[in-house]
Amino acid sequence: MKNLVLALALLVPSLAFAAGSSVPLDKANFDLTDKASLQRGARIFMNYCLGCHQQQYQRYSRTFEDLDIPADIGQEYLQFTGEKVTDYITSPMPQEAAATWFGAPPPDLTLVARVRGADWLYTYLRTFYVDPSKTFGVNNLVFPNVGMPHVLEELQGTPRIYHEEALVDGETVKRYAGIKADGNGVMNTEEYDQAILDLVNYLEYTGEPTRLQSEAIGRGALIFVLIFFIFAYLLKKEYWRGLK
Amino acid sequence: MNGFMNWIEQRIPLTRVANMHAIQYPAPINMNFWYVFGFLSTIVLVNQILTGVWLTMNFVPSAEGAFASVEYIMREIDYGWLIRYMHSTGASAFFIVVYLHMFRGMIYGSYQKPRELLWVFGMLIYLALMAEAFMGYVLPWGQMSYWGAQVIVSLFGAIPVIGPDLVVWIQGDYVISGATLNRFFALHVIALPLVIVILVFLHIIALHEVGSNNPDGVAIKHKKGSLSEDDKTKFEIHEYYTSKYDIADDVVPFFPHIVLKDLVAFTVFLAGFCYVLFFAPEMGGKFLEHPNFEIANPLKTPEHIFPVWYFTPFYAILKAVPDKLFGVLAMFGAIAALFALPWIDRGNVRSWRYRSGLHKYNILVFAVVFIFLGYLGGTPQENWKIVASQIATVMYFGFFGLLFIYSKNEKTKPVPARIPK
Amino acid sequence: MSNVSVDANKASPEAQPENNNRRKFLTVATSVIGGVGAVAAAVPFVASWNPSAKAKAAGADVEVDISGIAPGQLIRVMWRSKPVWVVRRTPELLASLSNHEDQLRDPNSDVEQQPAFAKNQYRSLKEEYLVLVGICTHLGCSPQHLNEGAFAQYAEGVSEGFFCPCHGSKFDMAGRVFQNVPAPSNLVVPPYQFLDDTTLLIGSEA
Repeated sequence: MKNLVLALALLVPSLAFAAGSSVPLDKANFDLTDKASLQRGARIFMNYCLGCHQQQYQRYSRTFEDLDIPADIGQEYLQFTGEKVTDYITSPMPQEAAATWFGAPPPDLTLVARVRGADWLYTYLRTFYVDPSKTFGVNNLVFPNVGMPHVLEELQGTPRIYHEEALVDGETVKRYAGIKADGNGVMNTEEYDQAILDLVNYLEYTGEPTRLQSEAIGRGALIFVLIFFIFAYLLKKEYWRGLK
Repeated sequence: MNGFMNWIEQRIPLTRVANMHAIQYPAPINMNFWYVFGFLSTIVLVNQILTGVWLTMNFVPSAEGAFASVEYIMREIDYGWLIRYMHSTGASAFFIVVYLHMFRGMIYGSYQKPRELLWVFGMLIYLALMAEAFMGYVLPWGQMSYWGAQVIVSLFGAIPVIGPDLVVWIQGDYVISGATLNRFFALHVIALPLVIVILVFLHIIALHEVGSNNPDGVAIKHKKGSLSEDDKTKFEIHEYYTSKYDIADDVVPFFPHIVLKDLVAFTVFLAGFCYVLFFAPEMGGKFLEHPNFEIANPLKTPEHIFPVWYFTPFYAILKAVPDKLFGVLAMFGAIAALFALPWIDRGNVRSWRYRSGLHKYNILVFAVVFIFLGYLGGTPQENWKIVASQIATVMYFGFFGLLFIYSKNEKTKPVPARIPK
Repeated sequence: MSNVSVDANKASPEAQPENNNRRKFLTVATSVIGGVGAVAAAVPFVASWNPSAKAKAAGADVEVDISGIAPGQLIRVMWRSKPVWVVRRTPELLASLSNHEDQLRDPNSDVEQQPAFAKNQYRSLKEEYLVLVGICTHLGCSPQHLNEGAFAQYAEGVSEGFFCPCHGSKFDMAGRVFQNVPAPSNLVVPPYQFLDDTTLLIGSEA
């Protein structure tokens, strides 16, 4: 068993190389049990993301059910194009046309949290900055040259990147010092960070809607296995008593 | 009841087979925890077949439908997510237990005479399992499925003359496509499972013919008439074994003693399995790779392509060799060397307990090198890793080379005639 | 010499159970726990055969706009992948329903082939509108709607009804089965309700 542990321990360092971004990612402390946060996140998604992106593997009804949103309320406040509650969360924007507008079709966001990770999303959505050289007038720190406009600008305000001068090995270099919004947004920095966290929370939920159920069953399963182990072990000892 | 059993027994040897292969099968008393992984692989095999059958009920084997059907299983089928995770976690669990099972064989010399064929059958299972796992990984039709298949299939392009045509033939198209997916599906759900089950059957038949090895590598079967009544086992052992040999007082019957031991191991295994299954089915992107949650896109290669962790040692060997053909040869050579182990090892002492310090050292280094290669093959390429993987590749083959040389006249400790108490 | 056919427990003193009850108890307890585990493990496999979210969404209640149905007209809608007929019956037709009750197998709808609200002569919530699952109760074919006297060749004096081409089962315009045909019971009335005067909801009762 020692070797097994050793083998696993040796595999661990390889996990550290998961994402290949130059910017350190901020930790997204999302909480899948926080229904209020998930509801706010769903609302941001339906209002700002769904214009272009879809969640074509998730039904509205599933979102409503899991997030404790009554179907009629959900239909009134979160469904804008007259679909049925049981319909998949699809975008009204024709995906093929979008591909020509943006260079690639806007990716489906059902599973985006499983592809990118919560930290990446949390950092990505908070590191847009003004860059007039780009098509949409913005660039992004974790996703350079991203072909997506900063749709949350009305919430954040116009974000600008700041650099500071620093002395590295005797040479003065410009160093990234942060991104600040100009304050024209509806939200201040803390509110915006919270809004993004809510959105990431929601995306994390849609990536794997069964996560909480899985962990609940898992706890039961592990307790069962422990009891099973105790009895199996005692029985084995009973039969092997005196042998060996 | 007895009458009914007799009726059955006269028509099919149910009790006889059960007695011969389980209830009265003599197993060495000193089999330690290393000996549970065969049983565990069987358990995982059953898990894979059961969950696999259930997955086929809703999986759609087409380029258009595969990815969505997996998400359909994960979201819209009651407990579909659980069945899918059991299958995906089971795949990795299979390789964990099989690698440990193989390592057991190496340290205790379970491949040596007369168990050469047993080892070869085991290696064939391993080979079939790798093909099975590779094709299974293509089925969800995510980015890694697609690009992993692209890389592996194009390996065959390295074969001189016929290579390029062979690749097209395997793909059934000029690229990896729905046609490839469909044939991989057929092989994954029908052909290879059948092959694996038959091989497992042969593996067990071969095992029961030659008998189980043990950590001391000492025989439990002795020449007929060579043991006194006191030295013979007091357990009821099947006539099939006792009529040919004297069975030493070093055995327990497979049932219930070994079964109970395996049961305890099973519960320990189950704890780990359930933990991953319910709390970390992606295992940090090692069991289910992150890019594979994105649908296959022939126009966009993921930043880094790795095979799943259980292939990465061989993938590292492939990458270590700068020439494509020789890289492929080295990779297949690495597997072939394992096949040839019974003949590469020319010693006649089985267990490393009684072999030279060099041998122990050689095996341990091999294990470390294998894991290190796995790390190299599963992480992004960096400059230092190229040299490291070349050194590791040489060391991998060096294990076999060294073994071949020193095993001929190895200085070993005296092996006891009976299993030490 | 050949077979050591001695009971291991008796012959091998070191294997002698010190406490046979303990062994029995542990064997039973472990088996029971293992059995419980096996049953629990079977649950997901069994449950996965239930209708999926997709099937449930497809089988959801169907809204039908009935404002455009002319008197005497039949429209077909799909509910749970089954044809459902909605017929707007004329007053004459409704009046004629009692004329042939002696030819019917179950004129009073005693067999439960309808929600409680439809257990009447008209087998409907509102007399005017007949709502039926258009599947023959014999072997699942979909009967034809014959009107303007075309049905009379199958039932004397009845001008309109449903005739199943597969095995000749006959039903009147309340979905009631005639005697001497293979279909055993009346056509099924699905649960339904009227949301307002012009909207019918098939699938659930009010």
